[in-house]
Amino acid sequence: MQPAVEFRGISKHFGAVKANTDVNFTIAKGSIHGLVGENGAGKSTLMSILYGYYRADGGEILLDGQARHIRNSQEAIALGIGMVHQHFMLVENMTVLDNVMLGSEGGFTLKAKRAVVEAQLREICTRYRLDVDPLATIHDLSVGAQQRVEILKQIYRSANILILDEPTAVLTAQETASLFEILRLFKDQGKTIILITHKLQEILDITDTVTVMRGGRVIGAVPTAGTTKEDLANMMVGRPIENNLPRAPYNPGEPVLQVENLQLMDGQQVKLLADIGFTLRAGEIVAIAGVSGNGQSELMEILSGMRLPTSGKVDFKGKALPYAGRSDADGLPRTFRDMGIAHIPEDRLRDGVVKNFSVMHNTILGYQDKLKNRWGLFDFKAIAARCAQLMQNFDVRPNNHDLRIGLLSGGNQQKVVIAREVLAQPKLMLVGQPTRGVDIGTIESIHTQLLALRDSGVAILLVSVELEEVRALADRILVMCGGRITGELKIEEFDTTRIGLLMGGMHKS
Amino acid sequence: MNSQDLPRWATAFVMPILNLLSALLVAALVIHLLGESPTESMAILINSAVVNPEGLSYTLFYASTFIFTGLSVSIAMQAGLFNIGSEGQMYLGGLGLTLAILAFDSSLPAWALIPAGIIGAALFGGLWAFLPGYLQAKRGSHVVVTTIMFNFIAASLMNFVIVKYLIPAGEQNTASRAFAAAAEMPRLNQWFPILGETPLNISFFLAIIALIIYGVMVSRSSWGFKLRATGLNKHAAHYAGIRISKMIIIVMLISGALAGLGSVNSIMGSTHYLSLNFVGGAGFVGIAIALMGRQHPVGIFLSAVLFGALIQGGFDLSLEKQNIPPETFIFIQGLIILFCGAMENFYAPAIAKLLKLKK
Repeated sequence: MQPAVEFRGISKHFGAVKANTDVNFTIAKGSIHGLVGENGAGKSTLMSILYGYYRADGGEILLDGQARHIRNSQEAIALGIGMVHQHFMLVENMTVLDNVMLGSEGGFTLKAKRAVVEAQLREICTRYRLDVDPLATIHDLSVGAQQRVEILKQIYRSANILILDEPTAVLTAQETASLFEILRLFKDQGKTIILITHKLQEILDITDTVTVMRGGRVIGAVPTAGTTKEDLANMMVGRPIENNLPRAPYNPGEPVLQVENLQLMDGQQVKLLADIGFTLRAGEIVAIAGVSGNGQSELMEILSGMRLPTSGKVDFKGKALPYAGRSDADGLPRTFRDMGIAHIPEDRLRDGVVKNFSVMHNTILGYQDKLKNRWGLFDFKAIAARCAQLMQNFDVRPNNHDLRIGLLSGGNQQKVVIAREVLAQPKLMLVGQPTRGVDIGTIESIHTQLLALRDSGVAILLVSVELEEVRALADRILVMCGGRITGELKIEEFDTTRIGLLMGGMHKS
Repeated sequence: MNSQDLPRWATAFVMPILNLLSALLVAALVIHLLGESPTESMAILINSAVVNPEGLSYTLFYASTFIFTGLSVSIAMQAGLFNIGSEGQMYLGGLGLTLAILAFDSSLPAWALIPAGIIGAALFGGLWAFLPGYLQAKRGSHVVVTTIMFNFIAASLMNFVIVKYLIPAGEQNTASRAFAAAAEMPRLNQWFPILGETPLNISFFLAIIALIIYGVMVSRSSWGFKLRATGLNKHAAHYAGIRISKMIIIVMLISGALAGLGSVNSIMGSTHYLSLNFVGGAGFVGIAIALMGRQHPVGIFLSAVLFGALIQGGFDLSLEKQNIPPETFIFIQGLIILFCGAMENFYAPAIAKLLKLKK
């Protein structure tokens, strides 16, 4: 086994935080190497050091047996290291070809080189079976296709070591499968892949070796063949992970939410939601399964008051929600929140938090008018105490409420949002993708919180594209496809194949 | 480099000071090229603007107007709106004030007349900003474009109103008639004779009160929280149940009213009549003050005083030094806006590097 990358005693600290401490491991040439660990375990820092974003305080990196000092990402690229970020680095209104050429235009006019590069790209696409049209514009491409463009870019720049940071977080199951095929081809060509992921199943499916990090240190580096999900989870978290979380017996109460014949059309009269109807009772979790983009987001927006439906009726505790007679949804979320509807939005950075506000300010977002005194002013002492309580209950780290929330990891941001919404003691909780981009230990704690909420009699509507999550939480499952509900199952009837068919639009059997 | 990654003391103090020094350095160079001594000129400027009590009181007089226009731009910025129409809003504010005073100055006593003028100024300034606000909130017309246009409309409208209706019969001066003495804002030299014959008046205290109210509302009130949330992330603000279009309209009304209040100092505190182009760029200076003061009450105050000092000091400088034309202060003002506004984060990477080296 020839090593492609060797980390020797890498250490890196930011202020008082030790992000990496004495990291040692080797990545074999022509292998797929998994890197797992909780948020804040130091994976991203380590990869940033390899890619030249940060410089290590100590230790060295060997590439093909030679010590290298990588000072910036240009040097990393020159050494054959490529990185596909979680958030794509593409210019949306340019073509695939122009995006690939960006930074290596090689001349005043693009014309001459364009034809050459286009031919090269087509050749690469054939060789790696990448289904990408070099002349397509980025914003016309699906998320999966955009990711293939990122990979294409790296291959074009002749990357021999490819780092992928959470590549599947935004992909559907089919897209993930095709990504993995590409990665295997890559490996067969003798290239090395480093895969960072939260999904342990993926580690088992595709990697050869896996390194587990915790608290900035390497906890173990093991061949994938000899390990199990449970082993990895234990190593990551440092304690056994409970798969079957305790829950009270299914005992639904009064109907909380009754949706009838809900329709939503966009400006071009395209139906985004059609004939949606279901009932949600107190003390149950109804999960909406489906491939992302099939109307789940729109449904959640309507139910939380962020968007108006075109027609249809929604009763909340027997009273119709006040959609009628409004020209826009401005201020409606406030009305809904006052009625007892809480909402954990699926896109937390867009909707759920104000990134430049402190953690404390984010804990009052949406409840700002409940916490003011009669002069309209905040009592920041009381709010800080409330925030401290909430951060302690939900184990938000680091425990500093003055920090900008944008500086927290995704999992901890999510904990703040969930804590805030749970604290409001709602009757109905709308939960969108609660564990997207969140590590395994945090997933467990979020699931525990949601189940406790259910057991206390709250009605929960959950949207998730992770079937694992649906299985772990739901009492009943609705499947959505193309803006319609294509089927309903009880949790005892859980069957991946059947749900998969319903998600693909096969109608009720 | 994101300036937010730097510690607060660096962004709040070190960077503005470095920016200011850079601007003064370039100004010194130009003064040197004009054939005058930069150190001597700087000494004259500082002496005339802050050391001499009469000069200082002129500085604070100019600053009183600038605090209001600075607040006007700042509060809109908190909501993510770039109101560059403070110039026109202050101009219209002056009209509202004048109409109120002209209507009542023969009948009302000072204690009622002065508030009437203040209300007139705030009302007209606010209404002049209402339409851009409404168009932004309901039609998505960008507030930058509409407020620029409204500055031009205000200029033409005022020209028309003053020339057609307000010039007293037989007068040549493009101005309204002078107000009755009851409409004059009490000047501070009544109580502090050391200030000399200067127009510094109680508008200065009104400006300080406005700064305090602004500071409390923005950082401690639920309304200010909603205001800032709207400015920082509209999606999250909508999620939080904030009525964004209402917020935009209200904040533009307030912004316009604050700009309008700037006219109280210049008209009721000094000239005692409405004249053509009395605003003289104070609204635009407000933009520089809001940027340089980072919309913080203390920052707004300090920058307003700085710009007041430049006008006062620059004026005296041009009197004493023949080679330095009166426009020099506009030039220095431009340099400060360039360094503190447009190139706000110019030194951020260097400071970040220095801090990293230290660690």
